Amino acid sequence: MAIWASELALDRWRHSENCKAGEDADSEPLALITETAHGPRIDAANAAGRAAGAAKGMMLADARTLCPAIAVRPSDPAGDLAFLERLAIWAQRWGPWSAMDAPDGLLVDVSAVAHLFGGERRLLADVEARCSARGLSVSAAIAPTAGAAWALAHFAASGAVLGPEEDIAARLADLPVAALRLDNDVLLVLRRLGLKRLGDLTSVGEGRGDEQRGRDALHRRFRNRKSPAANPLIRMDQLAGRVPEPLLPVVPLTAALVQRRLLEPIRHRDLLDTVVRDLAEDMARELEGRGEGARRLQLGMWRVDGEVVVRELEMAAATRDPAHILRLFTARLDDVDAGFGIEMVRLRASWAEPLGLDQTDLEAAAEAHGTSLAACMDRLTVRLGKGAVQRPVLKASHIPERAQGWQPPLEAEPATQGQLAFHTRPIKLLEPAEGIAVLYASPDGYPQRFRWRGEVFEVARVEGPERIAPEWWREKGTARLRDYYRIEDAKGRRYWLYRLGLIGDGRGGAPEWFVQGLFA
Amino acid sequence: MDMATLPRAAELSRAGARNPRWHPGSAPALHSEIFAPANEASGAGAAFALAMDGWRSAARQDDSLPAAEERAVLWVQDRAAMRAGGRPYRPGLPEVLRHRLIHVAAKTPEDALFAMEEGMRCRDLACVIGEVAGNPRAMDFTASRRLTLATEKHGVPLLLIRLDAKADLSSARMRWRIGSAQSAPPLWNPQAPGRPAWQAELFRSRTHIPGEWILRDEHSFLAAERIEPASSPAAPDHGDLGERAGTRSLAAL
Repeated sequence: MAIWASELALDRWRHSENCKAGEDADSEPLALITETAHGPRIDAANAAGRAAGAAKGMMLADARTLCPAIAVRPSDPAGDLAFLERLAIWAQRWGPWSAMDAPDGLLVDVSAVAHLFGGERRLLADVEARCSARGLSVSAAIAPTAGAAWALAHFAASGAVLGPEEDIAARLADLPVAALRLDNDVLLVLRRLGLKRLGDLTSVGEGRGDEQRGRDALHRRFRNRKSPAANPLIRMDQLAGRVPEPLLPVVPLTAALVQRRLLEPIRHRDLLDTVVRDLAEDMARELEGRGEGARRLQLGMWRVDGEVVVRELEMAAATRDPAHILRLFTARLDDVDAGFGIEMVRLRASWAEPLGLDQTDLEAAAEAHGTSLAACMDRLTVRLGKGAVQRPVLKASHIPERAQGWQPPLEAEPATQGQLAFHTRPIKLLEPAEGIAVLYASPDGYPQRFRWRGEVFEVARVEGPERIAPEWWREKGTARLRDYYRIEDAKGRRYWLYRLGLIGDGRGGAPEWFVQGLFA
Repeated sequence: MDMATLPRAAELSRAGARNPRWHPGSAPALHSEIFAPANEASGAGAAFALAMDGWRSAARQDDSLPAAEERAVLWVQDRAAMRAGGRPYRPGLPEVLRHRLIHVAAKTPEDALFAMEEGMRCRDLACVIGEVAGNPRAMDFTASRRLTLATEKHGVPLLLIRLDAKADLSSARMRWRIGSAQSAPPLWNPQAPGRPAWQAELFRSRTHIPGEWILRDEHSFLAAERIEPASSPAAPDHGDLGERAGTRSLAAL
């Protein structure tokens, strides 16, 4: 199904002015303009403006000569695009996924959906009614291919339905070639060639009768146009469904999805909790049927005023325990703004992993005296944030702070080379290393006494240096080497110090000293 | 009434008879508190040493126990503790723990308390190590009582390291004061620092009488060398309990 909001920018302007089409401020001629290098240019004009002679793409100066009273507002393409994005999500009420067709269209996949609304015609009537209730003037059409639906939405009467058994080419033969979604220069070429309707192009392209040469000529004319928008032949094939036309986003249809449409919009938290509990139980049943567990869950709440509030949840291990899901979501629902009420709630498992059936009774007994590790990690992650719960892993590097990385707690560890057993490393590492003032006997010798955090440490025993050269493939050539010393002070405190650089290495002044690690 | 559980006269006359002295391998407390300075890692090192000592003694007593060796260890730090003492460094951890440490970086002490409690509720964890700097308002007696109840209900030990903190009211079953001690010289290079050693003072415990030891981590076991107090045993040390309790009865604690 293709939806074309023909006056999207104007509809948004009317919404911001809070007036209906043709009334109040809209009854005067008005144009939305953008500033260009050659002066202001009209992006959209309202009905009164068009009647006065203003048209899209016209310079404002030209429009002013035709209609001196025309009012001017700046247009907002970025806002239009953001609105279209929200509209695309909202349009998923009619189908499992939708794609934006910038600047002012939407494509919704309604395969095997229409019967839920009572057939294609009633689905289109629903689209019309819902959109006009939001103040959008749209024209929608349903066809077996996205290209055909687009053509019908833009160039046929609103509410056109093209059934799967009909001949697409024959039905669309009367539409202008602009219905092929081509660039302007290609349209100009086709007009000069005298190809004005899709029917002309079909007869030439398919080489009917003795026009075989015409088809070859078209192929030659567009032989190095690989982009579909520049090649009418590719567009014709897409229209007829001979060539696949991938659309973004392609949301996999296999995601488990449960939803509740609510009789009365809900505005209170306890009611929402009840609905989420019901959804979690539905989701558990759905996932159990598939033998899957959810890793990521999306809770969408469709508000009466057309906003969609989405909360996402990611779990450390696959689960389908409704109590666990509910508990995690309740921590995330505190800041939901219900506005005038929530009319539809949908739970979608956008990432699921295979999860076998387990013995619920034993699991329940185990639940009585503790949670599983995955559940514990989920609870911690939901409250403390994604980066707060991590596991240290080894990385291939000699530089101590780079030798350790962090990853989510339950992920498999990457294979590493391991560590050298004769390297003694501290149990805790300061991030970043803290500078210290050091007294030493000779500039390249052992440290004897140092001051750190306002305290003086007398070095009693020392081992070193362990020299770690900079990683020339990562750092600049001026990076200095480090000489590490393990020291123990007179009171038995053990630290890992390093000296950055050597005297006379030509990479800076006197070497600096740092304390980087604390030994147990 | 079971007469066998009553204290005998000989035990009542001497404090140490019924409450034996702590030694490595004695049954560990589920909730221990360790007070340590923030600019050394002695607290974390001793906590791991005590935890591993606890596992070894548990494994000696009960062979059927599932190996605590393969369960994960949760290390919770609040932001102030991370700033003062740094974050854990995997290559320096005890060998058996390296691959099963899970680190939680909590922003506030409240979040750290929440993380510790959630960790204790998890049956798949071998122990929970908490690290909180100073005496934040959230770390009051109620919070520590909550932690004790959770750890005793679920049986996951908690070792709470308090960096640069005063020993305020707490319901921890064993309270240690730990600092670094001079290490024994290694065999091959006597000038180098050796295996870690700590000066440990058990200043409050339910099951043991207080004492002071030098603990040495000897890789496969924990060695303890008792330090005899210089003077004759004086009144039992209750920490700062009396001072903090004020006019309230100590029995109410």
